[in-house]
Amino acid sequence: MAILVFVESAEGKIKKTSIEAVAFAYGMGGPVTAIALGAAEKSELEALGKYGAEKVLHVSDDRLSQGIIQAYAAVLEQALKDENATMLVLANSSLGTPVAARIAARIGASLASNVIELPNTSAGFVVKRSIYTGKAFAWVELTNEKKVITIRKNAAEMKEVAGAAQVTPYSVTLSDADFTTKITSAEKATGEVLLPEANIVVSGGRGMKGPEHWSILEELAKTLHAATGCSKPVSDMGWRPHHEHVGQTGVKVAPQLYIAVGISGAIQHLAGVNSSKCIVVINKDPEAPFFKAADYGIVGDAFEIIPKLTEAIKAAK
Amino acid sequence: MKILVCITHVPDTTSKINFTNNNTKFDSNGVQFIIGPYDDYALARAVELKETSSAAVTVLNVGLAETEPTLRKALAIGADDAIRINADPADAYFVAYQIAEYARPIGYDLILMGRESIDHNGGVVHGLVGELLGMPSVSPVMKLDIDGTRAKLAREIEGGKEMLETNLPLVAGCQEPIAEWKIPNMRGIMSARTKPLLVVEPKGVDSGIKLQKFELPAPKSSVKMISSDNVSELVSLLKNEAKIL
Repeated sequence: MAILVFVESAEGKIKKTSIEAVAFAYGMGGPVTAIALGAAEKSELEALGKYGAEKVLHVSDDRLSQGIIQAYAAVLEQALKDENATMLVLANSSLGTPVAARIAARIGASLASNVIELPNTSAGFVVKRSIYTGKAFAWVELTNEKKVITIRKNAAEMKEVAGAAQVTPYSVTLSDADFTTKITSAEKATGEVLLPEANIVVSGGRGMKGPEHWSILEELAKTLHAATGCSKPVSDMGWRPHHEHVGQTGVKVAPQLYIAVGISGAIQHLAGVNSSKCIVVINKDPEAPFFKAADYGIVGDAFEIIPKLTEAIKAAK
Repeated sequence: MKILVCITHVPDTTSKINFTNNNTKFDSNGVQFIIGPYDDYALARAVELKETSSAAVTVLNVGLAETEPTLRKALAIGADDAIRINADPADAYFVAYQIAEYARPIGYDLILMGRESIDHNGGVVHGLVGELLGMPSVSPVMKLDIDGTRAKLAREIEGGKEMLETNLPLVAGCQEPIAEWKIPNMRGIMSARTKPLLVVEPKGVDSGIKLQKFELPAPKSSVKMISSDNVSELVSLLKNEAKIL
């Protein structure tokens, strides 16, 4: 049975979380058909083949270059029918998750978001979800024939399996009713590694003493090709933009490496980072609770340690 | 304008998570319950809209009797009346279905809730309700202004935000900084006691989801401390032991 994967793109490039969704679907046993909406470079679409997509449907309707949730759900409904697919996989993202909800209700599918491992299909179709903001997991069975799942970052094993995918233009007749919501403008950080998608995150807290000191963290982040994040007090005080706030009520990250500098480690912050593979904590207070959640720790002055760390990483490359 | 605010009754963010009944039930022993933090933003924005226009705010929770103090708190913050749909909120579709069934005949202009609950972290109830009621849904919403029958919103996206416009009626999943959390004052707490709280029986539905069990993460191994004079050791550990760099 074919698996349909919704892939998101930004500035023509396929998002990393969507490539992971393709790899995840391949891991489920495929065959995988990906669907991309709006402007995306052909080479990017073909490259989805490397991670297991046999076919890529490309809908190049200009109206779909922006993420209109209802319109996207309408396109996916038609594509599932045309591909004779009962399974839809999306990235757990600011667009993927709301789209998943609408399409699931529309087609009467079982829905599970925030899935973190390949399903267990030995008896039924059972997935593992991350719940209580990373503090626990739930195993849930999806009992309907149609199923929609969203997968969290790092849920898929990324390995190259094949060559180029076959890209096919695809069109769906949409009505004006699908476009009642209009995106009037967008503000987006460009040219940087985006926090929810980063493999490495460098985060700063109140211990950084002020926004003027962020340059040393940015330098470290640049060296590691990492995204920068921050604690809630830092975004509340306006030292850093809100979209960099990592924690219970901010962005939940699941990178390979999370480096926390001058963050004490309040439980609400830990909730946003506890899915990280490896955590490094740098803090001048040896009693900082974050050390208990860390893999590696350094007690000391961040303003001395961070430039040294940046140099050591450059030297090791 | 009629506003429905859907709230969750969830463990305080500092709670230790445990399960009972052979890992099939949340252990509420000694746990303090609160209005979901994202739902609290939705409620605060609804109360602000009530103050600046002639909105009526109804607060709704799908939950058993123990959630009534949480609904009373929402009344104290400024909702006019409360609905409790008398069922265990088993999964996202079940909850969304109950909300949609209750809301459909009433015809709310605005249905607000948090972007996600902090227990099951689904982030899908707003989308499900929107689809079930044939209304647009937007999430996660950082800003919401109403101008007649038009809504102007800002939605958080990875690395930024986008500005949207749509028509009412609308479902929105909210997050900060849409409004400042409101703390109930004494007058609010007093008046909440006498505000109506209606209990409604749930409608039967097969949500297509069956919980099998819960699981706690494996305990973290202890932290390896590195001297601040020897930063390059960290780099070699990340490279050779953690195999990341």
